[in-house]
Amino acid sequence: MSITLRNVRKDYDAQTDVLEDISVKVETGEFFVIVGPSGCGKSTLLRMIAGLTPITAGEVSIDDKVVNDLPPKARKLTMVFQNYALFPFMSVWDNVAFGLKARKMDQSDIKQRVDKALKMVNLTELGKRKPRELSGGQRQRVALARAVASDAKICLMDEPLSNLDAQLRIKMRQEIYALQRKLGLTLIYVTHDQVEAMTMADHIMVLNDKHVQQIGTPSEIYQNPANDFVAKFFGTPQINILSAKRSKTDHHVLNVSSDLEIALDQEVPAEDVKIGIRPDDMKAEAADSIESNAVVKNTEFLGDETIVYATLNSGENIHVVVPGQVNYRIYQPIKVSADSNLMFFDAKGDRLNISKEAYVHA
Amino acid sequence: MLKSPAQSTPTTPLSVEKTKNKLKAQEAHFSLNAKDKYFAWIFLGPSLLILGVFIFYPMFRTLYLSLFLTNTVGKATVFVGLSNYINLLTSADYISSVGVTLFYVFAVTIITIALGLLLANLASKRLPGIGIFRTLFSATMGVSVSVAAIFWLFIFNPSTGFLSLISTWMHLPQIPWLTNPTAAMWAVIITTVWMNLGFTFLILLGAMSSVPTTLYEAANIEGASSRFQFFHITVPSISPTLFFVSIITLIESFKSFGLIDLMTKGGPTNATNMLVYRIYKDAFYSGNYAQASAESIILTIIIAAFTYLQFKVLEKRVNY
Repeated sequence: MSITLRNVRKDYDAQTDVLEDISVKVETGEFFVIVGPSGCGKSTLLRMIAGLTPITAGEVSIDDKVVNDLPPKARKLTMVFQNYALFPFMSVWDNVAFGLKARKMDQSDIKQRVDKALKMVNLTELGKRKPRELSGGQRQRVALARAVASDAKICLMDEPLSNLDAQLRIKMRQEIYALQRKLGLTLIYVTHDQVEAMTMADHIMVLNDKHVQQIGTPSEIYQNPANDFVAKFFGTPQINILSAKRSKTDHHVLNVSSDLEIALDQEVPAEDVKIGIRPDDMKAEAADSIESNAVVKNTEFLGDETIVYATLNSGENIHVVVPGQVNYRIYQPIKVSADSNLMFFDAKGDRLNISKEAYVHA
Repeated sequence: MLKSPAQSTPTTPLSVEKTKNKLKAQEAHFSLNAKDKYFAWIFLGPSLLILGVFIFYPMFRTLYLSLFLTNTVGKATVFVGLSNYINLLTSADYISSVGVTLFYVFAVTIITIALGLLLANLASKRLPGIGIFRTLFSATMGVSVSVAAIFWLFIFNPSTGFLSLISTWMHLPQIPWLTNPTAAMWAVIITTVWMNLGFTFLILLGAMSSVPTTLYEAANIEGASSRFQFFHITVPSISPTLFFVSIITLIESFKSFGLIDLMTKGGPTNATNMLVYRIYKDAFYSGNYAQASAESIILTIIIAAFTYLQFKVLEKRVNY
């Protein structure tokens, strides 16, 4: 089942807009991730799809049928909440059976479906336990089993992994992904974690400041961010954003500072420009003080690579990922450079359409 | 060092070690030196004194008097053993009082809880102006027994009362609220429920508002009707509070006195002669302190038994 949003808007009173003009189509069987920082309205958007929060304007359709005025239960979907929303006084089995009982299904059908759902999430042995007797990961599985048992083809998940520790999060991530593929669910998944978004999504919607920033596949989002917000949101360590000015004499040249200039194979369309360079697209090498364009502030050794934090002579802070281990001293002069995968943004942060082939000179 | 008896008996080293540890643990818990003991008594003193004078002494005095005959000023005269109790339990009059009280207590408890749940459930909905209803529903908490009694006496008044006006207007037969035995019982029950309702409502409302909203949202998505949600989410979620309120209401109704005294004085024809009111009349009208004491002890046993039963039966259904 596909879901379409057309110009959806939400405000709580006439003044405070939460979401503006959201339009997107989620295809059948797609793993769709809505990602954004806290307070960007992503949970609100999910709740509006679920029907728990009314929308102010626009249209929500499921399979081309407008569902704006349908109550949650008529939308034939299921939802996994951040705190799992398990009924503390019911056993695991009864928790999973809750919706089926509420819809007055046949006893034998209920038993069959619940047993199957519990088996699918490997909880068959724990059916009699109460939620408080389970670990965080097991509770999460109960919530998943409930979604599975309901047999709805659309599943909404609101930060389902944020209460788990890092190890478990990776494990559950894989389980959720496998489950979604196995059942062919149309899954809309809300998270603030860019890694979750990148690893699971077929398509990602990046939400910030009430607006959709970009919708695309993980690789589109990473390699072709629509603006500097998206560029900064994805990738660790964060992308370097340097401000630059177009050279007054040659419009093919950008000056980051007096001693760093970038020559481009085409004219720069704006005077003030931001340059984005991913830390692993940069190089750093030891240099004497004449050749150098930066000094080392700090290094972090991560095993297979080292992050070098440095200050450019212009005063801007950058970080560079260097493979293996390097032994820079603090305040050691180094030379940093980049010659590919540069991104250019205008002063507002929107992506400028400039080819990536460029050179940075020291 | 304290010489423990375990050391002198031949045992394996392990069990000696265990016994020693056990003894040490006990010492840590219970041993107080002389100075500590002195302070302990000082701290306990005031409450022991108050409990002793106002609870323990009257309790044992009542027990004592119930085994004697008494004179008009309440002094024990002749020891009669259990015959006060035997007289009571073989008197049809007293047994009917027990029956009346039980009917009253169960009616009040069940109706109070049912109405309290209904009102609290209504008032827990998020609607504009719901605060006004919350205040109104809990307002009876601030009404004293005497005011409530007078207020309801007005309502039940056969010639000018609100209820009789309504029956006249709707051409219904008049109910002699306070002169018919059955009607009088219901009049007292209605008034008690009305008085209890404010407290019960407020406590239940508080419990309901602490149920996480995501549970209802999950249920909404799963397709549960609001009726299903009420019985399968709300009631089990607030079951500890329901348990508490039901015990409190039960005990309080057993002890009802003020309303009876002000509204019916146990009448008509003993129809509302509850156990507590009976004790009062026997002791302070008839001067039969011995019998009143025996009645008090029986009432205490009845309340204790019901509370115990309630714990046994309801605790299994309560989800803490």
